[in-house]
Amino acid sequence: MSVFGDALASASAMLAAGDATLAEITLLSLRVSASATLVGALLGLPLGAWAALTRWRGRQAVIVMLNAAMGLPPVVVGLVVYLLLSRSGPLGSLAWLFTPAGMILAQAVLIFPIIAALTRQTIEDVHAPLAEWLTSLGVTTTQRVMTLLYEARFSLAVVMLAGFGRAIAEVGAVMVVGGNIAGSTRVMTTTIALETSKGDLPLALALGMLLLALVLLVSGVAQALKRWLESRYV
Amino acid sequence: MSDVAKLLDLVGVSVKRDGATLLANVSLAVSHGERLVVLGANGAGKSTLLKVANGVLVTDAGQISAPPRARQAHVLQRPAVLARSVVDNVRFVLSLRGCAEPERSARARWMLSMCDLESHQHRHAQTLSGGERQRLALACAWASEPDLLFADEPTANLAPSSAAAIERLLLHLHEAGCTLVMTTHNVAQARRMATRIVFLDSGRVVEDRSAADFFSCPVSLAARAYLDGERL
Repeated sequence: MSVFGDALASASAMLAAGDATLAEITLLSLRVSASATLVGALLGLPLGAWAALTRWRGRQAVIVMLNAAMGLPPVVVGLVVYLLLSRSGPLGSLAWLFTPAGMILAQAVLIFPIIAALTRQTIEDVHAPLAEWLTSLGVTTTQRVMTLLYEARFSLAVVMLAGFGRAIAEVGAVMVVGGNIAGSTRVMTTTIALETSKGDLPLALALGMLLLALVLLVSGVAQALKRWLESRYV
Repeated sequence: MSDVAKLLDLVGVSVKRDGATLLANVSLAVSHGERLVVLGANGAGKSTLLKVANGVLVTDAGQISAPPRARQAHVLQRPAVLARSVVDNVRFVLSLRGCAEPERSARARWMLSMCDLESHQHRHAQTLSGGERQRLALACAWASEPDLLFADEPTANLAPSSAAAIERLLLHLHEAGCTLVMTTHNVAQARRMATRIVFLDSGRVVEDRSAADFFSCPVSLAARAYLDGERL
């Protein structure tokens, strides 16, 4: 208990002092995970909406695969992306291995199925009571997709948060693809793993506290935004 | 009935779902200026007929034709509203019709005022009461500037005052040149609203006559039983 107490005191001091290493690692984590969420959303939102609104051969199989892929092990994703980005791999010419770009790709692969699968279910639920009315209005498929994405905006914001939460909390994919290089690809989770193994508990604990605070902050901002948007109605 | 005046023509339309026949060989023409009321018991196929006529449901047999320039709108039995403000619901329909700002907002407000919803324009549409939702659905339908309006049980489950307001709006739309096709369970409402009655029984048209003829002397047993049941 005293070890934990000492570590907590040291971590609090580091946070209060605005430690430069801590700030650098935190900012990189945010940049990588936010970018991965954006890429995952750009692919997952339209695919999820498309799977919700269209009927085609093999659709059920795709839905089962997307749902199953929500539980992809990060380290396996990291390994696959590593092979793709390695010098002899099909994407080796990009030279993204051990760079933040490669980490973004790995996390995007990890969270894209989460966003697509949850979007599919959300859009289906929102569409059900509107389907006949929209058909009677003669909307095109594109207009229907855009309307439903807007209708489900609050639920989809939560979907995006789930994706961001998964990205910023994972360690396996960024460790394998990024290599945990100090000053270059070291993010919060990989630092926590490294410093814990080295026995430097204060830094690991400080990063853990920051990570939890960040996730809470993002969730709080999203909730406040939702409430503000809803308050515009009288 | 000349072809020029026809706004809708159904010929031999049949609809089956899960082995059950919902509409059987229905033929029906709707002319400009009519107020056609579709009567029938629960499950007779009234809602299905309106959905098929408006293209919401596909047919298994038969043909449906309408003049290419004729605009249609549909007020569903349970009106759908978008999760946005009342005025934004109407603006959405106007935007689909290609109406640009600032005319879009001005017209939306005017339609809401006609439907007595102007004071609710900034409310979230999903907080409206049943009667207010129906009036919003009518405002949205109006936004389409329809030549032909389908209204499926537009006053079902509404208080008499709300139902009367909806009827007044429908008649106002009709006076403005919109042809009306509606369903109802309410014989008194059908008497007030209809110039023509189509009576459905088990998915078949068993009577298609002027409202005056239908109510003075129903021919089919099903229609007579229905009207007798209403009098009890």
